[in-house]
Amino acid sequence: MYVAVKGGEAAIRNAHRLLADRRRGDRSVPALRLDQIVEQLGLGVDRVMSEGSLYDRELAALAIVQARGDLIEAIFLVRAYRTTLPRFGYTRPIDTAAMLAERRVSATYKDLPGGQVLGPTFDYTHRLLDPELATGAEVAQPDRREDADAEPMPRVSDILGHEGLIEADGPLPAGHVTGDITREPMEFPMDRDTRLQALSRGDEGFLLALAYSTQRGYARSHPFVGEVRIGEVELELDVPELDFPVTLGRIRVTECQMVNQFKGSAKAPPQFTRGYGLVFGQSERKAMAMSLCDRALRASELGEDITAAAQDEEFVISHSDNVQATGFVEHLKLPHYVDFQAELDLVRRMRAEHEAKSADETHREAAE
Amino acid sequence: MPRTDSSAVQTADHITGGFAKPVFDAQAIFRAVMDAMARPGTIQPTKAETQPPRPLSPVAAAITLALCDNDTPLWLDPALRQSAAVASWLGFHTGAPSADTPADAHFALVADPAGLIAFENFAQGTQEYPDRSTTLILQVTSLSSGAQLVLEGPGIDGRAAFAPTPLPRHFVEQWKQNRARFPRGVDLIFAAPEGIACLPRTTRIRAMEG
Amino acid sequence: MSTQDQNIATYNFAYLDEQTKRMIRRAILKGIAIPGYQVPFASREMPMPYGWGTGGVQVTASIIGPDDVLKVIDQGADDTTNAVSIRNFFRKVADVETTTETAKATIIQTRHRIPELPLTEGQTLVYQVPIPEPLRFLAPRETETRKMHALEEYGLMHVKLYEDIARHGHIATTYAYPVKVEGRYVMDPSPTPKFDNPKMHMSPALQLFGAGREKRIYAIPPFTDVVSLDFEDHPFEVQKFDKPCALCGAEQVYLDEVVLDDRGGRMFVCSDTDHCETRRAEGHVGELGVKEAAE
Repeated sequence: MYVAVKGGEAAIRNAHRLLADRRRGDRSVPALRLDQIVEQLGLGVDRVMSEGSLYDRELAALAIVQARGDLIEAIFLVRAYRTTLPRFGYTRPIDTAAMLAERRVSATYKDLPGGQVLGPTFDYTHRLLDPELATGAEVAQPDRREDADAEPMPRVSDILGHEGLIEADGPLPAGHVTGDITREPMEFPMDRDTRLQALSRGDEGFLLALAYSTQRGYARSHPFVGEVRIGEVELELDVPELDFPVTLGRIRVTECQMVNQFKGSAKAPPQFTRGYGLVFGQSERKAMAMSLCDRALRASELGEDITAAAQDEEFVISHSDNVQATGFVEHLKLPHYVDFQAELDLVRRMRAEHEAKSADETHREAAE
Repeated sequence: MPRTDSSAVQTADHITGGFAKPVFDAQAIFRAVMDAMARPGTIQPTKAETQPPRPLSPVAAAITLALCDNDTPLWLDPALRQSAAVASWLGFHTGAPSADTPADAHFALVADPAGLIAFENFAQGTQEYPDRSTTLILQVTSLSSGAQLVLEGPGIDGRAAFAPTPLPRHFVEQWKQNRARFPRGVDLIFAAPEGIACLPRTTRIRAMEG
Repeated sequence: MSTQDQNIATYNFAYLDEQTKRMIRRAILKGIAIPGYQVPFASREMPMPYGWGTGGVQVTASIIGPDDVLKVIDQGADDTTNAVSIRNFFRKVADVETTTETAKATIIQTRHRIPELPLTEGQTLVYQVPIPEPLRFLAPRETETRKMHALEEYGLMHVKLYEDIARHGHIATTYAYPVKVEGRYVMDPSPTPKFDNPKMHMSPALQLFGAGREKRIYAIPPFTDVVSLDFEDHPFEVQKFDKPCALCGAEQVYLDEVVLDDRGGRMFVCSDTDHCETRRAEGHVGELGVKEAAE
C-alpha cells in the first residue's frame, strides 16, 4: 500500500546536522579561527565584503567558514545580514586622491607624481607552487617606505584633465540625489550612480567575462589602465547639527580608472573617455573588469551603437548579481511536480494525437 | 535625504502620543487599511491608538505613522499646515519630508475634506508607473451619517455602501473623473472615529442617496 | 527569539525591519488598488535564496500579525521541504500559530497551487512568484514589456497562444497560464497549473503575489474578475483526470502522479494533502486507500 511521504521536518533537521559535521570535518584538525581567515585568506574576505556590500572583515570571515569556503554562499550570508541593519546616513564621497596607497600603478605613463608603487601584488610572481608555505616557514618582514618619502599621488584622470583631453568627472544633473539600489527598485535605463553600485556588487566572474568580451571585439573600447590604486581612504559623515564632517574611520578599497580612446560622436568630441571601477578591499581583477563594463555600458550616453552584450544595460545589470542568479538557478531543484504533471499530461495527449494521425496516414497510404 | 523643518522645534510634546507598541500597532493599522482597500466601503475597526496634536485626528495619525517615513513626501492640507505642533509631531514620529507641491506627495493628509483642492492636483502616476500616485488620507467625522454612496468594483461582491462625511466638493463627479484616468489616479483612505474605510481608484460609485 | 544566543544579532518581529515593512505595505496597497499591475518594490535579501519564495516571504512578513494563523504549502502539500522550512521560519521569527488546515488559516503562503477548499473572506493567499511578467518570454526586456502594459498592447500574447493552436491543435501552456484581471492587466498567476485559474476568479479571499528576485508585488482583490486568455473557437479548458484520487476518491481535484515501481505502475493522488487528509478523516476512501479507522 502506498503511504505519502512525510517527515520533511526531520529530514531537514538531520541534513543540517550532517552539514555541520561536514563543515567541521576531521575533529583532530584544529578548527579554523576567524582571525586566521581574516589574516591569511584576506582576498577571499575582500570579495565577500565587496559583493556582500558590507565592510566587516570578521563577519565576512565568519560567513566564509559557515559557507565551507563557498564564496557565493558566504556573500549571500553577508547580504542577508546586511539587509537587517538600520541606516544611520550616507557618508560623503570618499576622496581616493587622498588615499594612503599601498599599491598604485599606471599603464599610461612611465613615471608620474607619486610614482609607480607595486605593493602586495601577484604580478611578476612566478606561478610555481611554493612548498615552504605548506610547512609554515617563517616569513621575513617587508621593507617599508619612510612616511617622509611619500609624496602626493594625484589621480591620472586629473593629470590628463589639465590638458582637456579627457572627459571630466561627469557632473550629475542639478538636484540629483544619489540613488541606493538596496533601497529603491531598479528601473531601466539606470543612472550611472546606481549602475556603478550594481556593478560594484556584481559577480566577479560575470563581469570578468563581459570585460574580456569587450577586449575581444564585442564592443571594443581601446582601454588603457590610467591607474589602479589600492589603499585606505577616510570615511566622513555629515551630521546635521555639526558644521564639519565627522570621521568614521578608514576602509581599504581598490580603484581603477580605465582610459579609453574615443573618436568622438554626435554627442561628444574626440577625447579620452573613462570607465570606473571601485570595490571594497583588494581586488584588482574585479575593479578592472568593472571599469571595462562601466565604459561599455556608457555607449548610449556617448552616442555609440549598441552591438554587444557588455553594452546592454538591462542584460548586464539584470544578470550580474550572483545571489539572485544562484538562487534562481538552484531553485530548479525544488519540487516542480505539479507543473511537471501538467506538462506530462499535455505531452501524452499530443503524442497520442500524433500517433493516431500517423497511424491514420499509414493506413491511408497502404490503402492507396 | 529628509529635510527638516526649521520651525519644528522639537519638545517633549512632539515625542509623546505615538504608538505604544510601534511594531504591533503599525501592523494592526496596516491590516485594517489593507482590508479596507481590498473591500471598499467596509469599515475596519482600528486597534491602535495615537494622541496627536489637534486638529490631526488619532485615526488619521495612526494611519500616517503606519505608512509614512522618510521615503514618502507628505502633503498637509491648510488646516493641518497651520499647526506647527502637527508638523513637528509628524516630523518626529515619521521623519516624512514635506511635499513641496501636492503633485510631489506620496501621501496627503487632509483634516478638512470639504475644503480640499481637486484630486487632479495630486500625483496621478504615469501610464507606465500608475503606482506613483498620491494616496489621500481624509479625516472624516463619520463613515455612516453622510449621503449613502453605493459602490461597485473589485473587492465588492455585487454592491456595497457607506456614507462618509464630510466629503470633498463635487465628490461624485471628481471620483468619476478619477476612475476615468485608470490605471492612473488617486486612492482614498477615510479615517473616522469608528474606523477606516477606503476607495481604491477601481471603485465605481453607482449612486449617491441623500 | 529569547532562545537565541545573546551575542547573535537579534531580529525584528517577522524578521524585516519596520522601514522595509512599510515600503512593502505601501506596495501592497497600490497593488490592491491597481489589480494585476506589477508594483516595483525594493526587495530585500532574505535569509533564504532568491527563487525559493523570498517574494512571498516578504509579503507574508509584512502583513502577518500575532493573531494570524499561517499555512504554507508547496505543490499543494504542507510537508514538502521548502514549505516546512518557510513555516519554521515564521514560527521562529514571528512566533505565530501555524496550521495545515486550509479552513483554519488566515494567511496561506503557496508555491504552485491554490487549495481545493474554496477560500473565504477572512483569508489572504500569498503566492510565491518566480517570473511575474507574463510577457517576459515574448519580450525579455522590462523597458518593452512595461510599455506594452501601459498601452494595453497584448496582441503578442494572443499571437503566441494562437501559434500553439496552429501548430499543436492546443494551447500548449499548461501552467502559469496568463489571465486578464478586471478587463485591464494581463497577469501571470505564478506557475500554478491552469487547473487552478478558475479559482482566482471572484474569490472571496485577497490574493497577493510576491516576486522577490524580480522585485514586484501584485494583487487581486476579493471578488475581482479574472479571465484566462482564450479564443472563441478554442475556449479555455482545465486539465481533467481520468480517475479520482486513489486515496480519498476525490474528483475534480488536481492529482499528482506517483510512480510505484519501474514497470509502469503508477497511481494518482490529491496534490492538496490537507484536502485529501480531511476527506479521508471524513471516511472517504479511494481505490487504493484504506479506512482511516483501520490504521
